[in-house]
Amino acid sequence: MWVKQISVFLENKSGRLAAVARLLADNGFNIRALSIADTSDFGILRLIVNDPARAYQVLKDAGFTVSETEVLAVEVPDRPGGLAGVLDLLHDTGINIEYLYAFVSKSGGNALVLLKVEALERAVEVLGANGIQVQDYHIVHQI
Amino acid sequence: MYWNREMECMPAEKRQKLQLMRLRELVRRVYENVPHYQRVLREAGLRPGDVKSLDNLAHLPFTAKEDLRRTYPFGLFATPLANTVRVHASSGTTGKPIVVGYTRKDIDTWSEVMARTLMCAGVKDDDIIQIAYGYGLFTGGLGVHYGAEKIGATVVPISVGNTKRQIMLMEDFGTTALACTPSYALHLSEVLEEMGTDRSRIRLRVGVFGAESWSPQMAREIEKKLNVVAVDIFGLSEIIGPGVASECLYNTGLHIFDDHFLPEIIDPATGTQLPPGEEGELVITTLTKEAFPLIRYRTRDIATLHAEPCPCGRTHVRMSKVMGRTDDMLIIRGVNVFPSQIESVLLEIGHAEPHYLLVVDRKSPLDHLEVWVEVSERFFRDEVRHLESLGKTIKREIEGTLGIGVEVKLVEPKTIERSQGKAKRVVDKRDLPGKNKP
Repeated sequence: MWVKQISVFLENKSGRLAAVARLLADNGFNIRALSIADTSDFGILRLIVNDPARAYQVLKDAGFTVSETEVLAVEVPDRPGGLAGVLDLLHDTGINIEYLYAFVSKSGGNALVLLKVEALERAVEVLGANGIQVQDYHIVHQI
Repeated sequence: MYWNREMECMPAEKRQKLQLMRLRELVRRVYENVPHYQRVLREAGLRPGDVKSLDNLAHLPFTAKEDLRRTYPFGLFATPLANTVRVHASSGTTGKPIVVGYTRKDIDTWSEVMARTLMCAGVKDDDIIQIAYGYGLFTGGLGVHYGAEKIGATVVPISVGNTKRQIMLMEDFGTTALACTPSYALHLSEVLEEMGTDRSRIRLRVGVFGAESWSPQMAREIEKKLNVVAVDIFGLSEIIGPGVASECLYNTGLHIFDDHFLPEIIDPATGTQLPPGEEGELVITTLTKEAFPLIRYRTRDIATLHAEPCPCGRTHVRMSKVMGRTDDMLIIRGVNVFPSQIESVLLEIGHAEPHYLLVVDRKSPLDHLEVWVEVSERFFRDEVRHLESLGKTIKREIEGTLGIGVEVKLVEPKTIERSQGKAKRVVDKRDLPGKNKP
Protein backbone atom coordinates (compact mmCIF):
# COMPACT_ATOMS: atom_id res chain seq x y z
CA MET A 1 0.00 0.00 0.00
CA TRP A 2 2.75 2.49 0.94
CA VAL A 3 5.01 4.02 -1.59
CA LYS A 4 8.74 3.66 -0.99
CA GLN A 5 10.50 6.98 -0.97
CA ILE A 6 14.27 7.27 -1.07
CA SER A 7 15.77 10.10 1.00
CA VAL A 8 19.33 11.28 0.48
CA PHE A 9 21.39 13.49 2.78
CA LEU A 10 23.06 16.26 0.78
CA GLU A 11 25.41 18.95 1.85
CA ASN A 12 24.35 22.34 0.72
CA LYS A 13 27.06 22.85 -1.87
CA SER A 14 27.07 23.03 -5.61
CA GLY A 15 27.02 19.88 -7.66
CA ARG A 16 25.59 17.50 -5.08
CA LEU A 17 22.11 17.30 -6.57
CA ALA A 18 23.60 16.93 -10.02
CA ALA A 19 25.75 14.08 -8.74
CA VAL A 20 22.68 12.16 -7.55
CA ALA A 21 20.76 12.84 -10.77
CA ARG A 22 23.72 11.72 -12.85
CA LEU A 23 24.21 8.56 -10.83
CA LEU A 24 20.54 7.61 -11.14
CA ALA A 25 20.56 8.39 -14.86
CA ASP A 26 23.67 6.28 -15.45
CA ASN A 27 21.98 3.38 -13.73
CA GLY A 28 18.79 3.69 -15.75
CA PHE A 29 16.46 5.00 -13.07
CA ASN A 30 13.53 7.20 -13.87
CA ILE A 31 12.75 9.82 -11.27
CA ARG A 32 8.96 9.93 -10.87
CA ALA A 33 8.71 12.68 -8.30
CA LEU A 34 11.06 14.62 -6.10
CA SER A 35 11.31 17.33 -3.52
CA ILE A 36 14.07 18.94 -1.53
CA ALA A 37 13.90 20.11 2.05
CA ASP A 38 16.78 22.46 2.62
CA THR A 39 18.41 24.40 5.41
CA SER A 40 21.35 26.73 5.05
CA ASP A 41 23.79 23.86 5.63
CA PHE A 42 22.24 20.71 4.28
CA GLY A 43 19.30 19.35 2.39
CA ILE A 44 17.26 16.19 2.22
CA LEU A 45 16.41 15.05 -1.27
CA ARG A 46 13.30 12.91 -1.48
CA LEU A 47 12.74 10.76 -4.51
CA ILE A 48 10.20 8.41 -5.97
CA VAL A 49 11.81 6.16 -8.57
CA ASN A 50 11.07 2.94 -10.31
CA ASP A 51 12.81 0.09 -8.43
CA PRO A 52 13.49 1.90 -5.12
CA ALA A 53 15.28 -1.07 -3.55
CA ARG A 54 17.95 -1.04 -6.23
CA ALA A 55 18.17 2.75 -6.22
CA TYR A 56 18.80 2.63 -2.47
CA GLN A 57 21.68 0.21 -2.99
CA VAL A 58 23.19 2.15 -5.89
CA LEU A 59 23.16 5.41 -3.90
CA LYS A 60 24.55 3.70 -0.79
CA ASP A 61 27.34 2.05 -2.76
CA ALA A 62 28.26 5.44 -4.19
CA GLY A 63 28.79 6.68 -0.62
CA PHE A 64 25.61 8.68 -0.04
CA THR A 65 23.71 8.56 3.22
CA VAL A 66 20.35 7.15 2.23
CA SER A 67 17.19 6.06 3.97
CA GLU A 68 13.92 4.53 2.86
CA THR A 69 10.66 6.09 4.03
CA GLU A 70 7.09 5.04 3.48
CA VAL A 71 4.74 7.69 2.17
CA LEU A 72 1.22 7.72 0.76
CA ALA A 73 0.35 8.48 -2.86
CA VAL A 74 -3.04 10.08 -2.66
CA GLU A 75 -5.28 10.84 -5.60
CA VAL A 76 -6.52 14.38 -5.42
CA PRO A 77 -9.32 15.69 -7.65
CA ASP A 78 -7.68 17.98 -10.22
CA ARG A 79 -9.85 21.03 -9.61
CA PRO A 80 -9.85 24.05 -7.26
CA GLY A 81 -10.32 22.85 -3.71
CA GLY A 82 -9.26 19.29 -4.51
CA LEU A 83 -6.23 19.33 -2.22
CA ALA A 84 -7.97 21.42 0.42
CA GLY A 85 -10.67 18.78 0.73
CA VAL A 86 -8.14 16.01 1.33
CA LEU A 87 -6.19 18.03 3.84
CA ASP A 88 -9.33 18.99 5.71
CA LEU A 89 -10.22 15.34 6.08
CA LEU A 90 -6.85 14.57 7.64
CA HIS A 91 -6.89 17.66 9.79
CA ASP A 92 -10.32 16.86 11.15
CA THR A 93 -9.14 13.44 12.27
CA GLY A 94 -6.03 14.88 13.89
CA ILE A 95 -3.56 13.36 11.44
CA ASN A 96 -0.54 15.55 11.15
CA ILE A 97 1.19 15.93 7.81
CA GLU A 98 4.95 16.17 7.96
CA TYR A 99 5.35 17.19 4.34
CA LEU A 100 3.85 16.65 0.92
CA TYR A 101 4.81 17.15 -2.68
CA ALA A 102 3.23 16.49 -6.03
CA PHE A 103 3.71 13.94 -8.76
CA VAL A 104 4.37 15.16 -12.27
CA SER A 105 2.00 12.80 -14.03
CA LYS A 106 -1.67 12.24 -13.36
CA SER A 107 -3.44 9.12 -12.30
CA GLY A 108 -6.53 8.93 -14.43
CA GLY A 109 -8.15 12.35 -14.19
CA ASN A 110 -6.71 13.04 -10.77
CA ALA A 111 -3.53 14.73 -9.59
CA LEU A 112 -1.26 12.62 -7.42
CA VAL A 113 0.19 13.96 -4.17
CA LEU A 114 2.76 12.29 -1.94
CA LEU A 115 2.04 12.62 1.76
CA LYS A 116 4.25 11.87 4.72
CA VAL A 117 2.24 11.25 7.88
CA GLU A 118 3.05 9.32 11.01
CA ALA A 119 -0.27 7.45 11.15
CA LEU A 120 -0.10 5.81 7.73
CA GLU A 121 -2.79 3.19 8.22
CA ARG A 122 -5.22 5.54 9.85
CA ALA A 123 -4.75 8.08 7.08
CA VAL A 124 -5.54 5.46 4.45
CA GLU A 125 -8.65 4.45 6.38
CA VAL A 126 -9.90 8.02 6.70
CA LEU A 127 -9.23 8.84 3.07
CA GLY A 128 -10.70 5.59 1.81
CA ALA A 129 -13.87 6.04 3.86
CA ASN A 130 -14.33 9.39 2.13
CA GLY A 131 -13.82 8.08 -1.37
CA ILE A 132 -10.24 9.32 -1.80
CA GLN A 133 -8.07 6.82 -3.64
CA VAL A 134 -4.64 5.94 -2.22
CA GLN A 135 -2.49 4.50 -4.96
CA ASP A 136 -0.83 1.16 -4.74
CA TYR A 137 2.93 0.81 -4.45
CA HIS A 138 3.31 -1.13 -7.69
CA ILE A 139 1.24 1.24 -9.71
CA VAL A 140 2.97 4.39 -8.48
CA HIS A 141 6.49 3.13 -9.07
CA GLN A 142 5.57 2.20 -12.63
CA ILE A 143 3.67 5.35 -13.62
CA MET B 1 51.87 -13.73 30.48
CA TYR B 2 55.26 -12.12 30.32
CA TRP B 3 58.00 -12.16 27.75
CA ASN B 4 60.71 -11.30 30.28
CA ARG B 5 59.38 -11.82 33.79
CA GLU B 6 62.63 -10.77 35.47
CA MET B 7 62.72 -7.32 33.87
CA GLU B 8 58.96 -6.75 33.75
CA CYS B 9 58.26 -7.67 37.38
CA MET B 10 61.52 -6.41 38.93
CA PRO B 11 61.08 -4.75 42.35
CA ALA B 12 61.09 -0.95 41.99
CA GLU B 13 64.26 -0.43 44.03
CA LYS B 14 66.23 -2.93 42.05
CA ARG B 15 65.07 -1.34 38.81
CA GLN B 16 66.05 2.13 40.00
CA LYS B 17 69.58 0.88 40.59
CA LEU B 18 69.64 -0.54 37.10
CA GLN B 19 68.27 2.71 35.68
CA LEU B 20 70.90 4.80 37.46
CA MET B 21 73.69 2.57 36.26
CA ARG B 22 72.40 2.78 32.70
CA LEU B 23 71.82 6.54 32.90
CA ARG B 24 75.38 7.21 34.06
CA GLU B 25 76.75 5.04 31.31
CA LEU B 26 74.48 6.75 28.75
CA VAL B 27 75.57 10.26 29.70
CA ARG B 28 79.20 9.22 29.49
CA ARG B 29 78.65 7.66 26.05
CA VAL B 30 76.87 10.64 24.50
CA TYR B 31 79.35 13.08 26.02
CA GLU B 32 82.22 11.21 24.42
CA ASN B 33 80.62 10.44 21.06
CA VAL B 34 78.12 13.14 20.13
CA PRO B 35 79.38 16.73 19.72
CA HIS B 36 75.88 18.11 20.29
CA TYR B 37 75.57 16.47 23.71
CA GLN B 38 79.06 17.40 24.73
CA ARG B 39 78.27 21.02 23.93
CA VAL B 40 74.89 21.20 25.69
CA LEU B 41 76.15 19.35 28.76
CA ARG B 42 79.09 21.72 29.00
CA GLU B 43 76.82 24.70 28.58
CA ALA B 44 74.79 23.36 31.49
CA GLY B 45 78.02 23.09 33.49
CA LEU B 46 77.82 19.32 33.66
CA ARG B 47 80.34 16.52 33.36
CA PRO B 48 79.32 12.87 32.91
CA GLY B 49 80.45 12.04 36.46
CA ASP B 50 77.97 14.58 37.89
CA VAL B 51 75.03 12.20 37.50
CA LYS B 52 74.94 10.56 40.93
CA SER B 53 71.25 9.80 41.40
CA LEU B 54 68.11 9.50 39.31
CA ASP B 55 67.02 12.87 40.72
CA ASN B 56 69.94 14.45 38.86
CA LEU B 57 68.07 13.68 35.65
CA ALA B 58 66.14 16.93 36.15
CA HIS B 59 69.40 18.89 35.68
CA LEU B 60 70.18 17.42 32.29
CA PRO B 61 69.28 19.50 29.23
CA PHE B 62 66.27 18.56 27.10
CA THR B 63 66.52 17.33 23.55
CA ALA B 64 63.89 18.77 21.22
CA LYS B 65 62.65 17.82 17.80
CA GLU B 66 64.47 20.88 16.42
CA ASP B 67 67.78 19.41 17.61
CA LEU B 68 67.02 16.33 15.52
CA ARG B 69 66.17 18.43 12.46
CA ARG B 70 69.22 20.62 12.87
CA THR B 71 71.59 17.65 12.98
CA TYR B 72 70.01 15.91 9.96
CA PRO B 73 70.78 13.27 8.88
CA PHE B 74 73.31 11.54 11.18
CA GLY B 75 74.49 14.30 13.51
CA LEU B 76 73.14 12.74 16.70
CA PHE B 77 74.34 9.20 15.99
CA ALA B 78 76.59 7.93 18.77
CA THR B 79 78.09 5.02 16.85
CA PRO B 80 79.97 4.93 13.53
CA LEU B 81 77.86 4.11 10.45
CA ALA B 82 79.80 0.86 10.19
CA ASN B 83 77.98 -0.30 13.31
CA THR B 84 74.62 1.06 12.22
CA VAL B 85 72.56 -1.68 10.60
CA ARG B 86 69.33 0.19 9.96
CA VAL B 87 67.87 3.67 9.61
CA HIS B 88 64.25 4.76 9.78
CA ALA B 89 62.83 8.21 9.12
CA SER B 90 59.73 10.25 9.84
CA SER B 91 57.46 11.15 6.95
CA GLY B 92 58.83 14.70 7.03
CA THR B 93 55.75 16.45 5.71
CA THR B 94 57.51 19.75 6.15
CA GLY B 95 61.11 19.91 5.06
CA LYS B 96 63.64 17.24 5.95
CA PRO B 97 62.60 14.09 7.80
CA ILE B 98 63.92 13.00 11.16
CA VAL B 99 66.37 10.14 10.80
CA VAL B 100 67.01 7.52 13.47
CA GLY B 101 69.58 4.71 13.50
CA TYR B 102 69.94 1.26 15.04
CA THR B 103 72.90 -0.97 15.80
CA ARG B 104 72.39 -4.72 15.81
CA LYS B 105 71.92 -4.56 19.57
CA ASP B 106 69.32 -1.79 19.16
CA ILE B 107 67.36 -4.03 16.80
CA ASP B 108 67.55 -6.77 19.44
CA THR B 109 66.32 -4.35 22.11
CA TRP B 110 63.50 -3.27 19.84
CA SER B 111 62.44 -6.85 19.17
CA GLU B 112 62.58 -7.49 22.92
CA VAL B 113 60.33 -4.57 23.88
CA MET B 114 57.93 -5.36 21.04
CA ALA B 115 57.79 -8.99 22.19
CA ARG B 116 56.91 -7.69 25.66
CA THR B 117 54.29 -5.40 24.12
CA LEU B 118 52.60 -8.20 22.21
CA MET B 119 52.61 -10.59 25.18
CA CYS B 120 51.24 -7.75 27.31
CA ALA B 121 48.36 -7.52 24.81
CA GLY B 122 47.79 -11.25 25.03
CA VAL B 123 49.27 -12.16 21.63
CA LYS B 124 50.89 -15.62 21.70
CA ASP B 125 52.91 -17.93 19.48
CA ASP B 126 49.76 -19.56 18.10
CA ASP B 127 48.30 -16.26 16.91
CA ILE B 128 48.18 -15.20 13.28
CA ILE B 129 49.03 -11.50 13.28
CA GLN B 130 48.24 -9.25 10.35
CA ILE B 131 50.57 -6.26 10.43
CA ALA B 132 48.79 -3.41 8.69
CA TYR B 133 51.17 -0.70 9.79
CA GLY B 134 53.19 0.78 6.97
CA TYR B 135 56.45 -1.02 6.23
CA GLY B 136 59.46 0.97 5.11
CA LEU B 137 60.96 4.08 6.59
CA PHE B 138 58.07 4.28 9.08
CA THR B 139 58.93 2.27 12.19
CA GLY B 140 55.43 0.81 12.68
CA GLY B 141 55.51 -2.14 10.31
CA LEU B 142 59.01 -3.50 10.89
CA GLY B 143 58.91 -2.79 14.62
CA VAL B 144 55.84 -4.92 15.24
CA HIS B 145 57.14 -7.45 12.71
CA TYR B 146 60.35 -8.24 14.60
CA GLY B 147 58.54 -8.51 17.94
CA ALA B 148 55.87 -10.78 16.50
CA GLU B 149 58.48 -13.08 15.00
CA LYS B 150 60.35 -13.13 18.29
CA ILE B 151 57.35 -14.47 20.20
CA GLY B 152 56.77 -16.97 17.42
CA ALA B 153 53.44 -15.69 16.10
CA THR B 154 52.62 -16.28 12.44
CA VAL B 155 53.30 -12.96 10.76
CA VAL B 156 51.32 -11.66 7.78
CA PRO B 157 53.40 -8.62 6.71
CA ILE B 158 50.66 -7.05 4.61
CA SER B 159 51.46 -3.38 5.38
CA VAL B 160 48.82 -0.67 5.18
CA GLY B 161 46.20 -0.17 2.46
CA ASN B 162 44.24 -2.30 0.01
CA THR B 163 41.57 -2.83 2.61
CA LYS B 164 39.44 -5.31 0.69
CA ARG B 165 42.44 -7.57 0.25
CA GLN B 166 43.21 -7.20 3.95
CA ILE B 167 39.72 -8.48 4.72
CA MET B 168 39.95 -11.33 2.22
CA LEU B 169 43.19 -12.59 3.77
CA MET B 170 41.85 -12.03 7.26
CA GLU B 171 38.98 -14.35 6.37
CA ASP B 172 41.02 -16.94 4.48
CA PHE B 173 43.96 -17.12 6.91
CA GLY B 174 41.84 -16.93 10.05
CA THR B 175 43.85 -13.94 11.31
CA THR B 176 43.48 -13.60 15.10
CA ALA B 177 45.48 -10.42 15.80
CA LEU B 178 45.56 -7.11 13.95
CA ALA B 179 48.24 -4.42 14.27
CA CYS B 180 47.50 -1.00 12.72
CA THR B 181 46.59 2.59 13.58
CA PRO B 182 43.23 2.99 15.35
CA SER B 183 41.86 5.12 12.53
CA TYR B 184 42.77 2.43 10.02
CA ALA B 185 41.08 -0.17 12.25
CA LEU B 186 37.92 1.91 12.13
CA HIS B 187 38.20 2.28 8.37
CA LEU B 188 38.66 -1.47 8.06
CA SER B 189 35.54 -2.11 10.14
CA GLU B 190 33.55 0.15 7.82
CA VAL B 191 34.74 -1.63 4.71
CA LEU B 192 33.98 -4.94 6.40
CA GLU B 193 30.44 -3.72 6.94
CA GLU B 194 30.12 -2.45 3.38
CA MET B 195 31.34 -5.72 1.93
CA GLY B 196 28.74 -7.60 3.95
CA THR B 197 31.36 -10.13 5.08
CA ASP B 198 30.04 -13.05 7.12
CA ARG B 199 31.31 -12.10 10.58
CA SER B 200 31.52 -15.69 11.75
CA ARG B 201 34.39 -16.11 9.26
CA ILE B 202 36.45 -13.37 10.92
CA ARG B 203 38.42 -14.79 13.83
CA LEU B 204 40.07 -11.57 15.06
CA ARG B 205 40.27 -11.41 18.84
CA VAL B 206 42.88 -8.77 19.63
CA GLY B 207 43.99 -5.49 18.08
CA VAL B 208 47.32 -3.85 18.79
CA PHE B 209 46.71 -0.23 17.90
CA GLY B 210 48.99 2.78 18.13
CA ALA B 211 50.95 5.53 16.36
CA GLU B 212 48.23 8.13 16.96
CA SER B 213 46.32 9.27 20.01
CA TRP B 214 42.81 7.94 20.45
CA SER B 215 40.23 8.20 23.18
CA PRO B 216 38.96 5.34 25.37
CA GLN B 217 35.57 5.80 23.67
CA MET B 218 37.16 5.21 20.28
CA ALA B 219 38.73 2.05 21.69
CA ARG B 220 35.29 0.81 22.81
CA GLU B 221 33.87 1.66 19.37
CA ILE B 222 36.58 -0.36 17.63
CA GLU B 223 36.10 -3.24 20.07
CA LYS B 224 32.39 -3.32 19.30
CA LYS B 225 32.77 -3.04 15.55
CA LEU B 226 35.65 -5.46 15.08
CA ASN B 227 34.79 -7.72 18.02
CA VAL B 228 38.33 -7.51 19.42
CA VAL B 229 40.09 -6.43 22.58
CA ALA B 230 41.68 -3.13 21.55
CA VAL B 231 45.09 -2.66 23.14
CA ASP B 232 46.82 0.71 23.02
CA ILE B 233 50.51 0.49 22.28
CA PHE B 234 52.75 3.53 22.44
CA GLY B 235 55.97 4.39 20.76
CA LEU B 236 57.70 6.92 18.59
CA SER B 237 60.45 6.59 16.05
CA GLU B 238 62.76 8.94 17.89
CA ILE B 239 62.75 6.69 20.96
CA ILE B 240 62.75 3.34 19.13
CA GLY B 241 59.43 2.97 17.30
CA PRO B 242 56.50 0.97 18.68
CA GLY B 243 57.41 -0.88 21.88
CA VAL B 244 57.97 1.99 24.30
CA ALA B 245 54.83 1.19 26.33
CA SER B 246 51.77 -1.02 26.13
CA GLU B 247 48.46 -1.59 27.82
CA CYS B 248 47.91 -4.97 29.43
CA LEU B 249 44.50 -6.63 29.65
CA TYR B 250 43.73 -4.93 32.99
CA ASN B 251 43.18 -1.56 31.38
CA THR B 252 45.26 0.36 33.89
CA GLY B 253 47.24 2.50 31.48
CA LEU B 254 50.33 1.73 29.43
CA HIS B 255 53.31 -0.02 31.01
CA ILE B 256 56.44 1.86 30.00
CA PHE B 257 59.39 -0.50 29.60
CA ASP B 258 61.37 1.73 31.89
CA ASP B 259 64.44 -0.46 32.13
CA HIS B 260 65.04 0.90 28.59
CA PHE B 261 63.03 4.12 28.46
CA LEU B 262 63.10 6.42 31.47
CA PRO B 263 59.99 8.63 31.53
CA GLU B 264 59.22 11.99 33.14
CA ILE B 265 56.31 14.40 32.92
CA ILE B 266 57.11 18.09 32.68
CA ASP B 267 55.20 21.30 32.45
CA PRO B 268 55.59 22.10 28.74
CA ALA B 269 55.73 25.83 29.42
CA THR B 270 58.38 25.88 32.17
CA GLY B 271 60.16 22.54 31.77
CA THR B 272 59.65 21.74 35.48
CA GLN B 273 59.27 18.09 36.40
CA LEU B 274 55.75 17.28 37.60
CA PRO B 275 54.79 14.68 40.25
CA PRO B 276 52.99 11.42 39.36
CA GLY B 277 49.36 11.88 38.37
CA GLU B 278 49.82 15.38 36.99
CA GLU B 279 49.18 16.05 33.35
CA GLY B 280 52.01 17.36 31.21
CA GLU B 281 54.43 16.62 28.41
CA LEU B 282 56.02 13.18 28.35
CA VAL B 283 59.82 13.26 28.28
CA ILE B 284 61.86 10.11 27.67
CA THR B 285 65.52 9.22 28.08
CA THR B 286 66.64 6.13 26.17
CA LEU B 287 68.76 4.22 28.67
CA THR B 288 70.15 1.53 26.40
CA LYS B 289 70.02 2.75 22.81
CA GLU B 290 73.43 2.67 21.10
CA ALA B 291 73.13 4.30 17.67
CA PHE B 292 70.58 6.99 18.44
CA PRO B 293 70.43 7.67 22.17
CA LEU B 294 68.34 10.56 23.43
CA ILE B 295 68.62 12.49 26.66
CA ARG B 296 65.32 13.86 27.96
CA TYR B 297 63.58 13.88 24.63
CA ARG B 298 60.46 16.03 24.58
CA THR B 299 57.85 13.83 22.91
CA ARG B 300 55.19 16.57 22.68
CA ASP B 301 52.67 13.98 23.89
CA ILE B 302 50.46 14.97 26.80
CA ALA B 303 49.97 12.24 29.44
CA THR B 304 50.19 11.41 33.14
CA LEU B 305 52.45 8.87 34.94
CA HIS B 306 51.41 6.41 37.63
CA ALA B 307 53.60 4.24 39.84
CA GLU B 308 51.06 2.11 41.76
CA PRO B 309 51.30 -1.62 41.07
CA CYS B 310 49.14 -3.20 38.36
CA PRO B 311 47.24 -6.45 39.00
CA CYS B 312 49.06 -7.99 36.03
CA GLY B 313 52.23 -8.09 38.12
CA ARG B 314 54.36 -5.79 36.01
CA THR B 315 56.15 -3.17 38.06
CA HIS B 316 56.85 -0.74 35.24
CA VAL B 317 55.73 2.85 35.60
CA ARG B 318 52.48 3.36 33.70
CA MET B 319 51.40 6.25 31.52
CA SER B 320 47.85 7.28 30.72
CA LYS B 321 46.65 7.10 27.16
CA VAL B 322 48.06 10.07 25.29
CA MET B 323 45.59 12.89 25.83
CA GLY B 324 46.82 15.07 23.02
CA ARG B 325 49.93 16.61 21.52
CA THR B 326 51.49 19.85 22.57
CA ASP B 327 51.57 20.63 18.84
CA ASP B 328 47.99 19.39 18.14
CA MET B 329 46.82 21.63 20.86
CA LEU B 330 44.88 24.48 19.41
CA ILE B 331 44.59 27.69 21.30
CA ILE B 332 41.24 29.12 20.36
CA ARG B 333 40.27 32.40 21.93
CA GLY B 334 42.78 31.64 24.65
CA VAL B 335 41.35 28.20 25.44
CA ASN B 336 43.35 25.00 24.96
CA VAL B 337 41.53 22.60 22.67
CA PHE B 338 42.57 19.04 21.84
CA PRO B 339 40.98 17.08 18.98
CA SER B 340 40.62 14.17 21.41
CA GLN B 341 38.13 16.19 23.46
CA ILE B 342 35.86 16.57 20.45
CA GLU B 343 36.17 12.89 19.69
CA SER B 344 35.11 11.95 23.22
CA VAL B 345 32.05 14.16 22.98
CA LEU B 346 30.99 12.70 19.64
CA LEU B 347 31.33 9.15 20.83
CA GLU B 348 29.50 9.86 24.06
CA ILE B 349 26.56 11.30 22.19
CA GLY B 350 26.59 8.10 20.19
CA HIS B 351 24.87 10.02 17.44
CA ALA B 352 27.83 10.40 15.19
CA GLU B 353 30.61 8.33 13.75
CA PRO B 354 33.91 9.53 15.04
CA HIS B 355 34.78 11.02 11.69
CA TYR B 356 35.31 14.66 12.33
CA LEU B 357 37.49 17.59 11.35
CA LEU B 358 38.23 20.79 13.21
CA VAL B 359 38.46 23.80 10.96
CA VAL B 360 39.88 26.88 12.64
CA ASP B 361 39.76 30.26 11.06
CA ARG B 362 40.24 33.79 12.26
CA LYS B 363 37.21 35.85 11.41
CA SER B 364 38.75 38.97 12.77
CA PRO B 365 39.17 39.66 15.48
CA LEU B 366 37.95 36.33 16.83
CA ASP B 367 39.02 32.75 16.26
CA HIS B 368 36.27 30.64 14.84
CA LEU B 369 36.06 26.88 15.33
CA GLU B 370 33.97 24.80 13.00
CA VAL B 371 33.50 21.09 13.69
CA TRP B 372 32.64 18.97 10.70
CA VAL B 373 30.87 15.75 11.54
CA GLU B 374 29.92 13.07 9.08
CA VAL B 375 26.30 11.90 9.16
CA SER B 376 26.19 8.14 8.94
CA GLU B 377 23.22 6.14 7.78
CA ARG B 378 22.58 4.94 11.30
CA PHE B 379 21.61 8.45 12.37
CA PHE B 380 20.03 9.76 9.23
CA ARG B 381 16.28 10.34 9.31
CA ASP B 382 14.17 11.74 6.57
CA GLU B 383 13.31 14.77 8.68
CA VAL B 384 14.98 18.14 8.76
CA ARG B 385 14.18 18.68 12.41
CA HIS B 386 15.83 15.40 13.39
CA LEU B 387 19.07 16.42 11.70
CA GLU B 388 18.88 19.93 13.08
CA SER B 389 18.47 18.60 16.58
CA LEU B 390 21.41 16.22 16.05
CA GLY B 391 23.53 19.21 15.05
CA LYS B 392 22.33 21.21 18.04
CA THR B 393 23.06 18.41 20.50
CA ILE B 394 26.59 18.04 19.18
CA LYS B 395 27.12 21.79 19.38
CA ARG B 396 25.78 22.02 22.92
CA GLU B 397 27.89 19.11 24.19
CA ILE B 398 31.09 20.36 22.58
CA GLU B 399 30.54 23.86 23.89
CA GLY B 400 29.91 22.42 27.35
CA THR B 401 33.19 20.51 27.23
CA LEU B 402 35.39 23.19 25.68
CA GLY B 403 33.80 26.25 27.17
CA ILE B 404 33.89 28.12 23.87
CA GLY B 405 31.37 28.58 21.09
CA VAL B 406 31.64 26.36 18.01
CA GLU B 407 29.76 25.87 14.77
CA VAL B 408 28.79 22.32 13.87
CA LYS B 409 28.49 21.37 10.26
CA LEU B 410 26.95 18.05 9.27
CA VAL B 411 28.68 16.66 6.20
CA GLU B 412 28.19 13.71 3.89
CA PRO B 413 30.02 10.45 4.61
CA LYS B 414 33.56 10.19 3.26
CA THR B 415 33.85 13.98 3.01
CA ILE B 416 36.63 13.85 5.55
CA GLU B 417 39.72 12.19 4.24
CA ARG B 418 40.24 8.63 5.52
CA SER B 419 43.69 8.03 6.79
CA GLN B 420 45.66 4.97 5.97
CA GLY B 421 48.36 6.26 8.23
CA LYS B 422 47.70 9.00 10.74
CA ALA B 423 44.39 10.78 10.99
CA LYS B 424 44.18 14.41 10.01
CA ARG B 425 41.87 16.08 12.49
CA VAL B 426 42.69 19.74 12.23
CA VAL B 427 42.76 22.34 9.49
CA ASP B 428 44.09 25.61 10.84
CA LYS B 429 43.54 28.45 8.40
CA ARG B 430 44.74 31.12 10.79
CA ASP B 431 47.94 32.84 9.92
CA LEU B 432 49.49 33.10 13.33
CA PRO B 433 53.13 33.94 13.93
CA GLY B 434 53.56 31.36 16.69
CA LYS B 435 51.44 28.66 15.08
CA ASN B 436 52.88 25.20 15.47
CA LYS B 437 53.57 23.59 12.16
CA PRO B 438 53.76 19.79 12.02
